[in-house]
Parts: sequence; C-alpha cells; structure tokens
Amino acid sequence: MQITLHLNGTSHPLDVDPRTTLLDALRHHLGLTGTKKGCDHGQCGACTVLMDGRRINACLTLACMAEGHDITTIEGLGTPGNLSPLQQQFLDHDGFQCGYCTPGQICSATGMLEEIAAGWPSHVSDSLDGPYDLTHAEIAERMSGNLCRCAAYTNIVAAIRQAAQGTREDAA
Amino acid sequence: MTRHLRVDGPTHDDRLDQMAQGVIGQPLNRLEGPLKVSGRATYAAEARPRDLAYGVLVQAAIPAGTVLDIGDAPGALAVIQDKRMIRYAAQGLDQKGPTSGPDRVEYMGQSIALVVAETFEAARHAAQTIAVRYKPEEVPVDPESVTPELPPKKQSAAGDVDKAMREAAFALDRVWRTPSQMAAAMEPHAAIAEWDGDHVTIRAALQMLSSNRKQMADALGIRESKLRLLSPYVGGGFGSKLGINAEAVAAAIAARELGRPVMVAMTRQQVFDLAHRRSETRQRIRLACDAGGRLTGIGHDVLVSTLPGSEFTEPVAQATPFTYQAAHRQVVHAVARIHRGCAGSVRAPGEAVGVTVFECAMDELADMAGIDPVDLRLKNIPDVEPTTGRPFSSHKLAEALREGAKRFGWSDRRPTGQRAEGEWFIGMGMAAAVRVNMLQESRARVTLVQDGHAIVETDMTDIGTGTYTILGQLAAEMLGLPPDRVEVRLGDTQFPPASGSGGSFGAASSGNSVFLACEEIRGQIAKAMGCNEADLTLQDGMARAGNIVRSLSELVNGTITGEGHLQPGKTEKSHRQATWGSHWAEVAVNRWTGEVRVRRMMGVFACGRVLNEKTARSQCLGGMSFGIGIALTEALEHDPRDGHAVSRDLAEYHIPTHADVPALEVHFLPERDAYVGPLQAKGLGELGICGAGAAVLNAIHNACGVRVRELPATPDKIIAGMDP
Ligand code: FES
Ligand code: FES
Repeated sequence: MQITLHLNGTSHPLDVDPRTTLLDALRHHLGLTGTKKGCDHGQCGACTVLMDGRRINACLTLACMAEGHDITTIEGLGTPGNLSPLQQQFLDHDGFQCGYCTPGQICSATGMLEEIAAGWPSHVSDSLDGPYDLTHAEIAERMSGNLCRCAAYTNIVAAIRQAAQGTREDAA
Repeated sequence: MTRHLRVDGPTHDDRLDQMAQGVIGQPLNRLEGPLKVSGRATYAAEARPRDLAYGVLVQAAIPAGTVLDIGDAPGALAVIQDKRMIRYAAQGLDQKGPTSGPDRVEYMGQSIALVVAETFEAARHAAQTIAVRYKPEEVPVDPESVTPELPPKKQSAAGDVDKAMREAAFALDRVWRTPSQMAAAMEPHAAIAEWDGDHVTIRAALQMLSSNRKQMADALGIRESKLRLLSPYVGGGFGSKLGINAEAVAAAIAARELGRPVMVAMTRQQVFDLAHRRSETRQRIRLACDAGGRLTGIGHDVLVSTLPGSEFTEPVAQATPFTYQAAHRQVVHAVARIHRGCAGSVRAPGEAVGVTVFECAMDELADMAGIDPVDLRLKNIPDVEPTTGRPFSSHKLAEALREGAKRFGWSDRRPTGQRAEGEWFIGMGMAAAVRVNMLQESRARVTLVQDGHAIVETDMTDIGTGTYTILGQLAAEMLGLPPDRVEVRLGDTQFPPASGSGGSFGAASSGNSVFLACEEIRGQIAKAMGCNEADLTLQDGMARAGNIVRSLSELVNGTITGEGHLQPGKTEKSHRQATWGSHWAEVAVNRWTGEVRVRRMMGVFACGRVLNEKTARSQCLGGMSFGIGIALTEALEHDPRDGHAVSRDLAEYHIPTHADVPALEVHFLPERDAYVGPLQAKGLGELGICGAGAAVLNAIHNACGVRVRELPATPDKIIAGMDP
C-alpha cells in the first residue's frame, strides 16, 4: 500500500506491505537503522521513537498507523558532530556499552522528560500532582520499559539527570 | 615487522607507566560513542545491499526425530533445507563447524529450514505456516531423569571429605539449584550474506571472528580465504555470539542458491531457542570447619546438562579448587545428556553460578559457626593454590574484603531479622568474587602515518566492552599521540586475527598485541633517532631522546607499520591466574509480599592494570546487574514434557530493568599483575557477575531469615520461607 511518513521533518512516500511495522519501514525500507529491533513485541523498548513528541514502540505500530503523524527517530535528535544534550550526556556518563538499546533509551528519555514537565505522575511518585523531582527512583521507574542487557542503568540515570538539570538551568 | 611474545615469565618493568602521553587508564569517552548515541553505528542486520532478500528460519516442533518432508511456501522465493545447515551453535574457540544436517532434530525449536522471500513480512508468514511432517522419537529432557556421565578428567579429590564432615565442629551439607539462564544480548543474532563469484562476505553478530571464520568455512565447505566476516558493532554478546549460529550459515547457503544477498535475523524467541543456554545446575555443597572457622573439608558436587555429543559442559566448580584452603576436598562434575537446547558459555561460565552458590554456602556456614561472614573468608584464604601448590600470579581477595567492608559500612549490619522500616525488612549481605584469568593468541597491526596519526587494525570485536577505546588509548600512549589521532579498525577478518571477545581475555590479549606492534614502531623511531628504544620519549607527536627533539613527521617517511603477536606461555601453567573482588548488597524484603528491592550494591575489584576506568567500571556495572538477575528474576523454564524453552522472550525471561538496579558503586584496587603479559592487565568482563547474586541472596537472609536455595528468589519462595 502507498503511504507517506513524516519523518524527522521530511516526507517519505512509501510502498509497503500492510503488515509492515513502523520499525520495519524505518529499518528495511528507509535505511534508518538507528531504531533497533530487540524483540519485535513491545518488550524491550529498543525501537522507541517519538510520535508527535510522545514515546511509542515502533514495533507495535503499523507503518500505516503512523501516517499523518510527526515521527522523530534517533537520527532526528542529533548527529555525531552535533549531539543533543541527552546524547552528549549519554556519551560523557558512558550510558551504554554495546549501544544497541541506546537509541531507544535516548528517544525514551527525551519523551519521558516531557512527560515529567507536563506533570504526569509515575508509579513511584508521592502524589498525583507535579512537579516531580528527578530522583533516581523516579527516572528509573519511568525508564523501565527500556531494557539494557549491558546494564548501563546506573550511568543512564545519571546521564538523564544531568541533561535534565542542564535544561532546567537553561530555562531558569 | 612482527614482534612476537610468548608470555613465559613475569614483566616487572611497568613500561606503560613510563610512557609520557598519560592517557592509559584515563576515563576517556568511548571512541565510537558518538556513532552509537546518534544511531549511526551499524550492527549485523543493518547493511542494505541492493536486491536484498529476507530469510526466516523454520523451527522444529518436536524434541527429537527426523524431518520427513517440508511443504511448499506460496509467495516465497525458496524453501531451503541444505545438509550443511547446522543444528546448534558452535562453541567458543571451536576450530570446526558444529554438527550439521537439519533433517535430524535434537531439540524442540531447532532450525530445520529457511524460507526466503522478497519481503520480511512474506518470509515470516511462510515460515510460521509451512507444513512439516516428522517422525518423532522419545528422548529424555529432564537432567535428573538420566544416569549422568562422570568425565574422569573433571573429577578431583584429596583427603576424605566425609571424614572431615564427621569430625568437624560445624558441618554444612546442602543442595542448591539454579535454572537455565540466557545471555539475552539486546541485539538478536542476524546475518547478511553476499557472494561475489566464489567469495562470500558475511556480516554477522559475532564475538570471535578468527575462530568464527574457521567454523564457517568448515560448515560451508569452502576455503577460509574465500570468506570474509564483518562484525564492526555487536549489540552485546555475553557468550551467545562466541560461535557461529544457524542464521549465518543459512544466509550464506541461501544467498548462493538465489544469487542475491540474503539477510536472516532471528526473532527474539528464536534467540532463546537457538543461542546456547547456561545449563541449569544442581549443586551439593559440603563445608566442614573447626571451632575457629578454619575450613577442613570442601565438597562441591555438580550436575549439569547438555545435548548428547556436545563437548562443553558448564564448569561450575572451576574456582572451587583454589578459592579457599582445606585439607580435604572433592569436586564431582556430573553431566546429564538430555534434549533441551544446547548448553554453552554464558557470561562467566562456571563461576557465575558456581561462585554464587558457593558464596551462599559460606554465608550459611558463617551463620552456623557464629562467625562474621567476612572473617570466615579472611580465615580461609590460601597462600598458594591448595590443590597444586602453585603460586598465585597476584592475590587481592583479602584486600577486596577489607576495603569493601569499610566502604560499605559492614559494621552497621545487624543480626538476622532485626532491622525493619515500615513493612520492609532490611538486610546486608556480601560475597567474594573470583574468576579464572587467561590469555589467548592475538595479532594486531599498527600503522603510524607521517602526518602524526596512527591506525590500529585487528579482527578483534567490541561487543560493548570498550575495545575500540582501549586499543586506541594503548596506541596513543605508546606512540605519544593524542587519543583523537588514533583510528581503530575492528571486526573484519581482513585484519590480523585476534583473540576475539570471550572469557574475559579480549582486552588483555588484543591489548598486548597492540602494545607489541607499537613497541616495534618505537624501535624503528629509536633507530631513526639514534637512541635505544628505552631512552625514547614520545609525546604529542614529538620524539625526544636526551636533548634531541624531533617531530614524528620528520622521522616517519610515509608510514611505519608494526605487527604484534601475543601467545600465552609458561605463566599459564606456572601460576594460578585469577581476578578477585568482593560484592556487597543491601536489600529490603517486603514482609507481606516477599518482594525484594536491592537498595544499595557495591563491588570492589582487582583485575591488574585498568586500561580505561570509565569503560572498566561499566563492565562491572553490567556484571553486577546480571548478578541481580541471577538472584532474583532470571529463569529459562523448560516444559517437562518436551524440554522446550517456555519463558522464551523478554516478557517472560526477566532480565533486570532500570527499576531493579540501584545506583551501583564500583571500586578498583590498584594492581599490576606481572604474569599476564607486558600490559599487566587481566580480564574484567565477567568478574562482576561472579558472586554478585550471592551478596543479594545473603542480604535477603540477613533481612528476613529466609534462605532460597532454588534460584531465583522470587516472592513466592520468600513468602513460603517466612514465619506466618
Ligand atoms: S523491538 Fe519494540 S519493544 Fe522491543
Ligand atoms: S548498551 Fe548494550 S543493551 Fe544497552
């Protein structure tokens, strides 16, 4: 079927099998392999991308469902020579080892910080009304949909906290 | 020119410490990091050759028997069942391909064919719906249902443990069980094969290219020179990519047959079926000690399983002969031949579960004898390897225990069940960490270019371990270059053959080969300078000897190339080599639900020279988290009827998540091990897992008084052990 994906600010017309997931459209059809496939079943978070700013699992989304939405992948967040603040903090804190879960972690963290800013509570929040402190427990809880077998968790949380602090200070 | 070194004796001159650049050991960011955080590092399934076809493996639905025939796959390009297709993965360092012949089934889920189609969607559908007729056979699938083998070489005994047990002031005799466990690296195995005439290039997720190339050439029936393997980035290994697996062989056969490139990526479920599992274990531990807590007897009886005909068996008691002293000792290693998926190496084969269980036993003995668990260990550290009398290459267990106790606040630990916060019991636990150390043969080539940059080339892999970074740092240090002036090229069999990544030997083995290559280059620079290599100082692109100073661009005419070749030698036998450490954990156990939360965890490790403190620390974080999984959540369950892996995806096989892992703390003890080559560095990728789970399990006992001896310690088991 013919669809058009709005991806990282550009439109891409595509001819795909209706069964094609957004993840496979990115990886197989568009050559955007930064979004990873770890399980294909919504269990690991490696395929996390942003749809209209919200984090979703690209493996649980058919490509045709993504039509009409703005999709941002890891490639759209920064480049090796021009990293986003989160990407830079992941690098500085060694928030990865093999790097396979990393694009998903970074997309997820990008969306997660927006959720905190919007006052969404989590399972470990003290109250249903924000604002929420960026404690280790709060970040770890909200990032638990992103598995990392290298277990860079300690460093990932530190990276996210540092990046968020930088952003908060910029805003202040 | 190639500089060879066989490690036959000690290296006491701390060469690396005498270099001037000052980058070795520094916590530099990963060289390839910008590519990884921006999604530009390309893993196995991420090349896009033109005209790529997609293959999906077909799996057996019986535990054993013969495949009679395989039906058609409408909409597919081909259904391939070739006798060269392999039944299970090669083991690490195998020099030949594993057993082939997909018409015979040895375990449920085995790969029996490949369906290839124009699209992934069509191939997946065809593979899932294809009709297969079998002639099934009855086979054993439960390790405790068969008479196990007792391979003579794997049994050992000295003295009389039974007698020691009878005469002991305190004697412990208990049985533990650990389930099958999986590496579950985040990148599923995948391969893209492309032929050019009779030459094939396979891009795959592999840890050890030089031996993988031998395995693959043998499996395909081609010469090694006709085969190139590429693994520039590997999304985690942990043992699961040590040997070639079904997808890569199938991709190569299909690409040849169809005359176009073929990609085969395993589904996550297939990874659980087809990658090696760590065998489940049954471990009986007997410990006897005198009234003062000195061990008199140690018995470690082990039962593991694997497929008939497979050589690797989980070396559970590998560290038992040399960790603690005792006059009477026995190791029994029994192997059940059954038809669950093939067993193989998963991060720290042996110690990951062997040390974990042994350290739980030590905790129980300490409890029984009324001795502090740290003291019990300190009292029983041997001066030389007890079974052989060999000296240790270095030994830091006592220091790791003392340093850890101090840093963790061990003296605050309360007696069992005496600390609570609301509905949570709080407890502290500890364990020793130990892992055997080894080197493997490894080669590298380093080229110094006139403009003052260097290129390191070796077919070594970086599976997240930090290889790119540490090899770059080593070359920068030795050649006196800023680290950003060194380019590191890995993961290509066109480069000199390296050890590969496995068994914690990668960094030291490949690192020593780069060191040697750089020494060779330094020798040539020294010649041009008219000085001895030992008197040469290289720093920031300048060469200095006495009061002569010249820039490298003056000295290097075009390029200087050096090759390094490291071989393990006599120190392998003359000394017991191991890495040492200690694990510490504080947990909260919910008194109503039995839920365990790890609140604090710390490791203290000694691994010889640390090459990059940042990446080394990350290796330890990873290992310790694996330990949390072993203690609390990870179990590959097998169906008792047919042996198949039931919890075969990431929703059912529970690796630790963010919320399961607190901010872990890691400390290194400064050390130079003289017996492991001129780098004086040992392996680190596995030490962090060895015993980590025991610290958690021992903390659970300290919190609430429950000993879980059937791992993992899930809430149901903890509740069952609590007083009503
Ligand atoms: S690949 Fe989508 S959640 Fe794992
Ligand atoms: S960095 Fe390897 S899985 Fe997260």
